[in-house]
Amino acid sequence: MEARPKLHYPNGRGRMESVRWALAAAGVEFDEEFLETREQLHKLQKGKHLLFQQVPMVEIDGMKLVQTRSILHYIAEKYHLFGSDLKEKTLIDMYVEGTLDLLEMIITHPFLKPEDQQKEVVSMTQKAVIRYFPVFEKILRDHGQKFLVGNQLSLADVILLQTILALEEKVPNILAAFPHLQEFTVKISNVPTIKKFLEPGSKKKPPPDDVYVRTVYTIFAP
Amino acid sequence: MAGKPMLHYFNGRGRMESTRWLLAAAGVEFEEKFLESPEDLKKLVNEEGSLMFQQVPMVEIDGMKLVQTRAILNYIATKYNLYGKDIKERALIDMYIEGVADLGEMILLLPVAPPGEKDAKLALIKEKTTNRYFPAFEKVLKSHGQDYLVGNKLSRADIHLVELIYYVEELDPSLIANFPLLKALKARVSSLSTVKKFLQPGSQRKPPLDQKTLEQAKKIFK
Repeated sequence: MEARPKLHYPNGRGRMESVRWALAAAGVEFDEEFLETREQLHKLQKGKHLLFQQVPMVEIDGMKLVQTRSILHYIAEKYHLFGSDLKEKTLIDMYVEGTLDLLEMIITHPFLKPEDQQKEVVSMTQKAVIRYFPVFEKILRDHGQKFLVGNQLSLADVILLQTILALEEKVPNILAAFPHLQEFTVKISNVPTIKKFLEPGSKKKPPPDDVYVRTVYTIFAP
Repeated sequence: MAGKPMLHYFNGRGRMESTRWLLAAAGVEFEEKFLESPEDLKKLVNEEGSLMFQQVPMVEIDGMKLVQTRAILNYIATKYNLYGKDIKERALIDMYIEGVADLGEMILLLPVAPPGEKDAKLALIKEKTTNRYFPAFEKVLKSHGQDYLVGNKLSRADIHLVELIYYVEELDPSLIANFPLLKALKARVSSLSTVKKFLQPGSQRKPPLDQKTLEQAKKIFK
């Protein structure tokens, strides 16, 4: 029987949250070893478990995978979240990469100077409603299907939903002008594996707070 | 017969150069349309369906208008069999190329660093090259003793890494001194007929950013 994947990261969203979403959407149960101290990170580094001495790291199928995209691609390919042919995979890639550009702003936001944080919320909102949301709204409107690509759940749907929900935490009415994205949010949230992940008690992590930011500085600050 | 891929970008390395390297190494002839002014970019942005997220790089290939550097590279690598033979090889390739991309990103952004920060950023690049990235790749090559990083066969991992080695040497030729296997990989890949051709004067390989091109790029992308 296959061992469960094991995730190495602090106890918070950061760059590992997309991986948690992808595994959960694929219905894969996983374990987590939370980094809490600098010593734990050093132990992983000294033990040569981290190719570039960084986390995220996921132990899966006998490998120690690092680099978020490498982990996401592996999960997507293994669990059929990457479309049915090269053209679909390429669309999924483009959509995921665009969404990750937006998600990056959310990931780095808690680590900005407090006086810059509000400005950045405005900036990410503008990017979302001017650059990214219109693209996905049009895709959904044009094909009228539930999922972004190939009429089946893919990594593109998962990462987009993750990003929309994270933005809605900061700007609750951010989807006001996008009826198809609103419908998409409801429909994808109701996919059984994702619905389970969105319920209390799942491994989905809460929004980053001061404790999380402090922990990250403790572990990673040079 | 399909037309040649058409690359849309400004006349400089930037985020398109890795695509030029990969196409060239694969022996694929391509054409380029250079953005020279903000108006050129605006025209492309306003062209329906041309730039999905209003950004370049964009590559017209096989009837698609691909955007997002990674999506473009993934498509080309898959099409020309430079992405490993199975999911595990792909995972290794992905890890290696993401590490290359992280260091490559630091080098890419160096010219636009605020003047007061340039020295510190250059020092950080040298430190990471010497202590993190070059040792990781040297170790991979040492561990299997093969000519290429993955699967005993040329893949995009070798091409992206060798491209990076050239940029590192432009910054400081001494950095590769203690990495004999990386030197050998660079020599081996550089002597492949397609790569050799690309390295010669008159190819579509772009030179280091000069002040004039930097100013042009700043105007286009502000």
